[in-house]
Amino acid sequence: MLLIACPWCGERDETEYHYGGQAHVAHPADPHALSDAEWGAYLFVRDNPKGEFAERWMHAAGCRRWFNVVRHTVTHDISAVYPAGQPRPVPPSDEHSEVTA
Amino acid sequence: MSNRPGNRLAAGGRVDRSAPLRFTFDGVEYTGLRGDTLASALLANGVLAVGPSLYRERPRGIVTAGVDDPHALVQLERPCSDPMQLATTVELSDGLAATGLQGRGRLDDAPDETRYDKTYLHTDVLVVGAGPAGLAAALAAGRSGARVVLVDDQPEPGGALLSGRERIDGRPALAWVAEARAELEAQPETRLLTRATAIGHHDQNYVLVAERRPDRPGGGGRLWHFRARQVVLATGAHERPLVFAGNDRPGVMSAAAVRSYLNRYAVLTGRRAVVFTTGDSAYATALELAAAGAEVPALVDTRPEPPAALVKAARAAGIEVLAGAAVVGTEGGARLTGVRISALTAEEQLTGPVREVACDLLAVSGGWSPAVHLWSMARGTVRYDATLAAFVPDRAAQEVRACGSGRGRHDLAGCLTEGFTAGAEAATAAGFPFAAPIAPPCEGDTPPAPPRPVWLVPGEEGDPSTWRDHFVDAQRDATVADVHRAVRAGMRSVEHIKRYTTIGTAHDQGKSCGVAAIGVIARLLGARSPGEVGTTTFRGPYVPVSFALLAGRERGPLFDPVRTTAVHPWHVRRGAVFENVGQWHRPRYYPRPGEDMDAAVLRECRAAREAVAVMDASTLGKIDVIGPDAAVFLDRLYTNGFAKLPVGSARYGVMCRADGMVFDDGVTVRLAPDHYYLTTTTGNAAAVLDWMEEWLQTEWPELRVRCTSVTEQWSTAAVVGPRSREVVAALAPGLDVSNDAFPFMTVRDAVLANGVPARICRISFSGELAYEINVSSWYGLAVWEAVLAYGAHAGITPYGTETMHVLRAEKGYPIVGQDTDGTVTPQDLGMTWVVARHKDFVGKRSFARADTSRADRRHLVGLLPVDGGELLPEGAQLVAPGADLTAVPVDSLGHVTSSYRSAALDRTFALALVRGGRDRIGETVLAPLPDGRTVAATVTEPVLFDPKGGRRDG
Amino acid sequence: MTVDGFALAHLRRSPLGHLADRLAAAEATGPGGVRLREIPFLAQLNLRLDPAGPAAARAAEALGAPLPTLAGSVVATADLRVLWLGPDEWLVVGADGAAPTIEHALRRALGDEPGSVVDVSANRTTLELSGPSARSVLEQGCSLDLHPRAFGPGRCAQTTVAKVQLVLDQIDAEPSYRLLVRGSFAQYLADWLLDATGE
Repeated sequence: MLLIACPWCGERDETEYHYGGQAHVAHPADPHALSDAEWGAYLFVRDNPKGEFAERWMHAAGCRRWFNVVRHTVTHDISAVYPAGQPRPVPPSDEHSEVTA
Repeated sequence: MSNRPGNRLAAGGRVDRSAPLRFTFDGVEYTGLRGDTLASALLANGVLAVGPSLYRERPRGIVTAGVDDPHALVQLERPCSDPMQLATTVELSDGLAATGLQGRGRLDDAPDETRYDKTYLHTDVLVVGAGPAGLAAALAAGRSGARVVLVDDQPEPGGALLSGRERIDGRPALAWVAEARAELEAQPETRLLTRATAIGHHDQNYVLVAERRPDRPGGGGRLWHFRARQVVLATGAHERPLVFAGNDRPGVMSAAAVRSYLNRYAVLTGRRAVVFTTGDSAYATALELAAAGAEVPALVDTRPEPPAALVKAARAAGIEVLAGAAVVGTEGGARLTGVRISALTAEEQLTGPVREVACDLLAVSGGWSPAVHLWSMARGTVRYDATLAAFVPDRAAQEVRACGSGRGRHDLAGCLTEGFTAGAEAATAAGFPFAAPIAPPCEGDTPPAPPRPVWLVPGEEGDPSTWRDHFVDAQRDATVADVHRAVRAGMRSVEHIKRYTTIGTAHDQGKSCGVAAIGVIARLLGARSPGEVGTTTFRGPYVPVSFALLAGRERGPLFDPVRTTAVHPWHVRRGAVFENVGQWHRPRYYPRPGEDMDAAVLRECRAAREAVAVMDASTLGKIDVIGPDAAVFLDRLYTNGFAKLPVGSARYGVMCRADGMVFDDGVTVRLAPDHYYLTTTTGNAAAVLDWMEEWLQTEWPELRVRCTSVTEQWSTAAVVGPRSREVVAALAPGLDVSNDAFPFMTVRDAVLANGVPARICRISFSGELAYEINVSSWYGLAVWEAVLAYGAHAGITPYGTETMHVLRAEKGYPIVGQDTDGTVTPQDLGMTWVVARHKDFVGKRSFARADTSRADRRHLVGLLPVDGGELLPEGAQLVAPGADLTAVPVDSLGHVTSSYRSAALDRTFALALVRGGRDRIGETVLAPLPDGRTVAATVTEPVLFDPKGGRRDG
Repeated sequence: MTVDGFALAHLRRSPLGHLADRLAAAEATGPGGVRLREIPFLAQLNLRLDPAGPAAARAAEALGAPLPTLAGSVVATADLRVLWLGPDEWLVVGADGAAPTIEHALRRALGDEPGSVVDVSANRTTLELSGPSARSVLEQGCSLDLHPRAFGPGRCAQTTVAKVQLVLDQIDAEPSYRLLVRGSFAQYLADWLLDATGE
């Protein structure tokens, strides 16, 4: 059960959200100008990285706002949350520290 | 006490001698004490053996005093039926009854009336384990003012101190524990949960804790869902078994457990005990056994040079210390009668003569394995510490700290220090800065000397392939010979060997045997240490929990939210048969006495087609779409146009996803130039609103449109049939209901005869003249009853979803989600008319893709079974005549999506998605049925009733 | 379209009107006490507008209080509670019968600005849960942090209780909570609360 911080409502359980797939995949301005292959890529092809992934979530049980999350697909660590329409933040250069036993 | 069971000491222990409890095990009555576990009470009565082993039926006895016991499985019969419980964790209660199990329990057929529930709680610091380290951590964190929760699986805090004789600050350790407990209970923001086992540690410190609540009426339990800023794991350690021949014989026990039974439960588990150890901790067991009056003829230490002070103390107690030696075999039948001891070389080979020592108890300490289960579940790494001979927590992956013996610290002062430090650090990290208190001085549990692990004590004869009585996982009856076979079969990964041998997969999930097994594997692989082999993955739950606990109150009527309309009480009174549509409970039909569904639905259909009928349509999703750009917005989302829809008019629309597949449909009314009232299918209301918000927020933020769900604001009665006009005329006396004044697909506001304002739409999902009367849901029931009253003279008939489905199917109207499945375009449905040519909309580009233009796509068509009495099952596959039904796969033409008996057609009919269906009209297709019959049907246009649409105006 | 609620009062049914006796009977007193009741027919207006636009100021004037802009906060006047639902969305709650007046005032405030005012009074009913044990009852089905350090009077949240989406509005520190729940879910939620209060 992920804990996701809605930019508005704060931290809520994953079950309050709907997942929206990869972020920053804009609907093409003029789909009809695209080839079938390009349109097909928009419809069906998404990244599937092992590591950090910018993805969309919507606070369905709360304020119903769409926003973006950078989540590590292996560790589920969430390193950034930012409103829809904003660019993906540049990660800080230093590695986040690890707690040691 | 004259009737004291033979092995119960006269004094001591944390048992209440004033509270004898009667209990039954395997049909025999015994007496125990409050504070006992079932295991300690059995041992007090001299009962050691529990059920035989699962596969080899070898006698097995109690081994440990906790959750890690590999043998002590029982079936509880009273106070409630509960399978696969461990005698070592079942608290004794008066009247308890249990039987030993041979590896398998049985579920009671009777409903479990025990109350289980759940609770969500947030905390700054969660401390798992109330032993010395955990208590110290909770004290430090609690003093900081942080919110603290301390959970422990025992009935009282103290952990290992409950089983020892240590002293803290010059007093018995349990006095310190009592003081710590009192302090914690006085802290307003600290909560101590006993009988509460942390079973899972998940992402973002989501920790599940299973609490047993035997003191509640009817018992039961609670599953706590904790969300913690910081977690301190003070989970302690499990004592490891040793792998030698005959190590599963009843009477072979964990040395720490023997000590626990002695000190905590005042039970002497043997009269003549041999102790077999790889380290220091078992010396306390030997000395305390001797002090309690047991004979201890030998202490076998694998180390050639055990600490001199320990050896001296043992000798002073009359215990012979056999250094550099190992137990190599056991004697006896269902109970141990003696052990065989041999010296070990530096290479762990047997050397010299074997000595036999008679005994009825062998207390074994194979070393200590920190309980890293939760740490690992939280994705923390572990590393093998060669000095400790144990896997210990290494790097945390979350805000988690381990302390005490749970990270390999085995002296009391060290555990307290680590606990105080971890608690203070956790509180500080959670925003409550606090300096760690100084640990008080301790006696009786000093830092141990390094152990000498011996992972595999050789057999006296043969080689590993023949060592079938060297048990590695006794619960699975898996032995060294089994591991050897796995290694010989080429397996190297511990995960593969685990699956091949089933080691670690039984009820205890390898809690006791896991690391011992890794040691054996390392030896047989020739690895330098268990660290080279590594551990298997730790998975929750840490201890088995019942499904009833996981379900909590989400069972029976509270299983899942149920949605009902304002008219629901009337439906219930009228005897409706309900069906679930999503979470809605909707009337499916209203049977009259003696009617089955077919009869009721045929009657309801006839009423709608021949007179007047009424349905509660309140479940439709309803959304107010408001703003100057509302028309532009709907034009972009719907395949057809809404910008030119006149105010006061309604239009049917279809929405597609970007891939061009039908997503939803419904009727939208334009109430004002900037105000549309949109309806969705019942099941899609939330999804459509989400979809609209997605486009508004992420793609078209410039559009000035706001959407508000009003699904429950409105109650809707659909009045349907040729006589509906006269009913509505009577119901809304001020409304001109003539076809000219109130034409099809328009909307009128009206005040009903009872004074209730209404919004009335002339729309039809049946092909008949029909009206949808929308009122505030406060008046939904009153208006429904008024409709029935004003329609009574015309024989108005309430109808349910089944009739609604038949009526719409007769007209070829698809139901999104029934006749479509996310792979169907509007064109597939034969609805090219709803797809605008001269505007763009979401999904339009997809209609130009090669795949959506194929001529052999599946089209929605009608099917008329050749035998008009034959009802095709929905979902039935369709094939062409002559198709080879033995081919794999069979060449399917499509499937039946809807199938009904029609009163209007006086026969059965169906809708189906059929490959190139519109080109097959007039052809015959076959439906091979599971009962072996093949039913022939003729492909038709989907509109089977009133194809010219003449009935909608009445 | 406006409804003269009082003239038609005999025809109104609230979603939980039939449960009033059971809700009252579930009251427990004392330090572990809890009370449960329906507050039916409250006026509820959904307001959506640009919080930075001129209509927001006019709405504040009309309501007698500023629109709360802090997520999850409530602004209360003598007659109204204005609940933050989203960055451009509020729920204005008033007394039974007040909806037409509030709606009129908000529409005037909105003027020609883009936004919406929608009467949703019948969309949800209100369950009030109060008493010393109210929080622990809610915690059996709500994963929100309701501890006074994290939540309290003046705070509201859209969340789920027992899997039912609702608006949670804490009224006072006793604590008392109002659960504004869609009418279709009200019976289920009441059943769940009755079960949980019995714990």
